[in-house]
Amino acid sequence: MTARLQARGLTLSYDGRVVVEGLDFDVADGEVTAIIGPNGCGKSTLLKGLGRVMAPTAGTVTLDGAPLSRIPTRRIASRLSLLPQSPEAPAGLTVAELVARGRHPHQRWFEQFGRGDEGIVREAMIATGVADLADMPVEELSGGQRQRTWLSMTLAQQTDIVLLDEPTTYLDLAHQVEVLELIRDLHLLHGRTVLMVLHDISLAARYSTRMVAMNSGRVVASGAPEEVVTEGLLADVFELRAAILREPALGRPHVMPLGLSAHGPDD
Amino acid sequence: MSVRTEERPLLPVFRFGRVSVLWRLRNVVVVGLLLAVAVLACAVHLSLGGTSIDLLAVLRTMFGDAPDFKTELAVTEFRMPRTTAAVVSGAALAMAGALTQTIARNPLASPDVLGVTAGASLGAVGVLVLAGGGAGGLSGAAALLGMPAAAFIGGLVAGIAVFLLAYRASVDGYRIVLVGLGVSWLATSLVTWMLTLGDVTNAAQALTWMTGSLNAEEWALVGPLAVAAIALTVAAGLLSRPLSLTAFGDATAVGLGASITRIRVVALLAATLLASLATVIAGPLGFVALAAPQIARLLVRSPTPPFAASALVGALIVVLADLLTARLFPIPLPAGIGTAIIGVPYLVWLLVRMQRRTA
Repeated sequence: MTARLQARGLTLSYDGRVVVEGLDFDVADGEVTAIIGPNGCGKSTLLKGLGRVMAPTAGTVTLDGAPLSRIPTRRIASRLSLLPQSPEAPAGLTVAELVARGRHPHQRWFEQFGRGDEGIVREAMIATGVADLADMPVEELSGGQRQRTWLSMTLAQQTDIVLLDEPTTYLDLAHQVEVLELIRDLHLLHGRTVLMVLHDISLAARYSTRMVAMNSGRVVASGAPEEVVTEGLLADVFELRAAILREPALGRPHVMPLGLSAHGPDD
Repeated sequence: MSVRTEERPLLPVFRFGRVSVLWRLRNVVVVGLLLAVAVLACAVHLSLGGTSIDLLAVLRTMFGDAPDFKTELAVTEFRMPRTTAAVVSGAALAMAGALTQTIARNPLASPDVLGVTAGASLGAVGVLVLAGGGAGGLSGAAALLGMPAAAFIGGLVAGIAVFLLAYRASVDGYRIVLVGLGVSWLATSLVTWMLTLGDVTNAAQALTWMTGSLNAEEWALVGPLAVAAIALTVAAGLLSRPLSLTAFGDATAVGLGASITRIRVVALLAATLLASLATVIAGPLGFVALAAPQIARLLVRSPTPPFAASALVGALIVVLADLLTARLFPIPLPAGIGTAIIGVPYLVWLLVRMQRRTA
């Protein structure tokens, strides 16, 4: 397994409260990796650290061998994109204007929307099904349309690596599936490496090629969905008693909760 | 793949070689209209005075075609400095407001809130009260430049203090507003304390200046400051595009490759300089920096305060305020009262609207 984005001895903390400590983590090239774990396990924090939104307290994150702190942030943005949890667009911004912002890392200061940019933005909007919404203000869109617009911006950014923090938050099941199929297309059609944080273990197993389970800032399991999603792991990490079924399409694990394990969840 | 050449452009864009600039029709129209109204307001401002001059003659003089020497002298030498001071201070304050509101992502943020105006007042009042200002203690160039220089330094020190106190690994919009209010109140208290120290004439002079006055403007003072303010306003306009990225929130802006901390530091410094300059020219004119960017944003219907339109609205507010208070009132009042008359109802409306939204 190769990894262009790597963390070594990564420690991340908020005002002295350590959330992730001394973590080694590789973002596997060419895979869709889903991180799962209970609330507060440090999965979103890890994503922020990998995406340079949070500076490490100790350790380093390297991209193609160079520490992120040594690479100009714009150059990083042409190779690695990230979408935070429920991103906010300024009021009045239209879908086309938002997607066009994805071109920022590739533009010089005198370029705002070159001919090349226009073609890429148009393709990104068609690929994510938001081309018909081009002139709509982003705040007037439904939750699913809005998330597709943000993914469209990420697509227009044309980076090999994409980090997504809970891209399905606040969406109903059909729209969660819609967004996850789009993410799968990013991987299959556009060859992107995806690392995403997901809450729903079954959906994560269905739409990722690799899974990582985290607990208390540490990685407790990683590998193919079948290897990670086991009754033992659910009991240990989520304190959940569950049966693992096989979903009919790909035979991936599907979690059927039966109740809390003896101790119950921490929080 | 078929080649699509006849398609409607996705976004209105002006392209020349590798240069490409996005524009909004509404922005261009609003800026054009504001420019025309501002020129007209300036002409009215110039034509009214001790004796009124024909409006057409004023307009011709403004565009370099004076009907006679007397009109040219009256317009360019006697009245133009005051009009220029109004335009430049208004535009500079509005620009400072647009910058701070974009950084703080808060329509209530302005140099008044960030302590810059209060700091500048402290500097100016300090010189007036302690050194006697232009009245007695200082003379010549020192009198002309002493107070402005002190105001400038005061504004800068307050702005930098707010910035350093609010800085913690990154620049957070809300922390800047809170710290700014604190520093602002501290400076305002010190000003009040200083007014009780000096003698009555100096204190009265300081009070007039503090309301924001455009009386006694001369080219010697206005000229260099206007050049500096115009240069800064244009430079700040170049920050518009990178700054608008910060309106997406830190994580998204970083993801798109924006150096948010560097952009904010440069923009805050520019805002501090602009607000200090404006305060030096016209005293601490209230509400312009607060209201102008938001009025411009409502006119243009843009996501963040539009810079060119903001500057024009700011200039227009101060010119109209000065017209209102100095020319139309039976007793001439300082322009700061005029900007308050225009600005306070807006502020109340803004607060009521925000309250309704959160309720």
